[in-house]
Amino acid sequence: MIPTGAIPAGANPPVATTFFFYLLAATMIIGGILVITRKNAVHSALALITTLLAQAALYLMLYAPFVAGVQIILYAGGIMVLFLFVIMLINMERSVKERQFNKQWLVGIVAAAALGGLFIAVYTTTTKGKTLFPEGRLLYGETDNTQKIAGLLFDLHTGQYMFAFEIASLLLLVAIIGAVVMAKKRI
Amino acid sequence: MDFMLHITTLHYLVLGAALFLLGVIGVLTRRNVVIVLMSIELILNAVNLNLVAFSRYWQGIHGPQALHGQVFAIFVITDAAAEAAVGLGILIAFFRNKETVNVDEVNLLKW
Repeated sequence: MIPTGAIPAGANPPVATTFFFYLLAATMIIGGILVITRKNAVHSALALITTLLAQAALYLMLYAPFVAGVQIILYAGGIMVLFLFVIMLINMERSVKERQFNKQWLVGIVAAAALGGLFIAVYTTTTKGKTLFPEGRLLYGETDNTQKIAGLLFDLHTGQYMFAFEIASLLLLVAIIGAVVMAKKRI
Repeated sequence: MDFMLHITTLHYLVLGAALFLLGVIGVLTRRNVVIVLMSIELILNAVNLNLVAFSRYWQGIHGPQALHGQVFAIFVITDAAAEAAVGLGILIAFFRNKETVNVDEVNLLKW
């Protein structure tokens, strides 16, 4: 059991964590609200990119630099460019002038509110005065984070996720073939 | 106000839950299929935030080599890439056939 709050030698203690957490959280929430309310899909995509970048910064605050890099390169750089390409490929001028929300919007919001009530119920549950997830503050250096993830993914002896990694590459192959088959006019 | 000032795992979980709810509202209420797909990305990102926060919490118990949550987050990002590629392929095929991007006009199976 490692004592929480212990700072190993060479690790930089974080500065103004509270301020940055609330700043990034507010950016993400506002970006998320803009994604689901804008008429123009390009504006939604730009708001989603803002959300994803703020989330990458939150990953850095959680000492996950590799996941933060993957988030920026793959999500903000790859997937969102794909979205923007498709938005510009298809003609959505008609859709902007139309109704943006469907007929079941009230039911949808009620269902989401019920789910939110469930979340609140779970997160405020206390047993013996403690919440389900007690405070786990600790400060680790992040020098070998990428190396350790690679050890879990690729290493012969410690890599318990090697098979899952191979399956993921197969999934991507299937996705490539599927996307080409569906988007091409004549095979 | 101590719980407001010290950022714990629970703060990240609440943020993840808020983003998840925004994504669910987007999926259930929007008509534009591109924005529905973007809302799905919001949901996946909320799950990723939870996974990385849990990874940090797990590191506090088992030491810095316990990075399973981050590995899971990478797998979720892989799935999101595959989902986006296939979803946008379906969207292009759909637009070619129906000349619309509204999901409630996909009603061939409705009776």
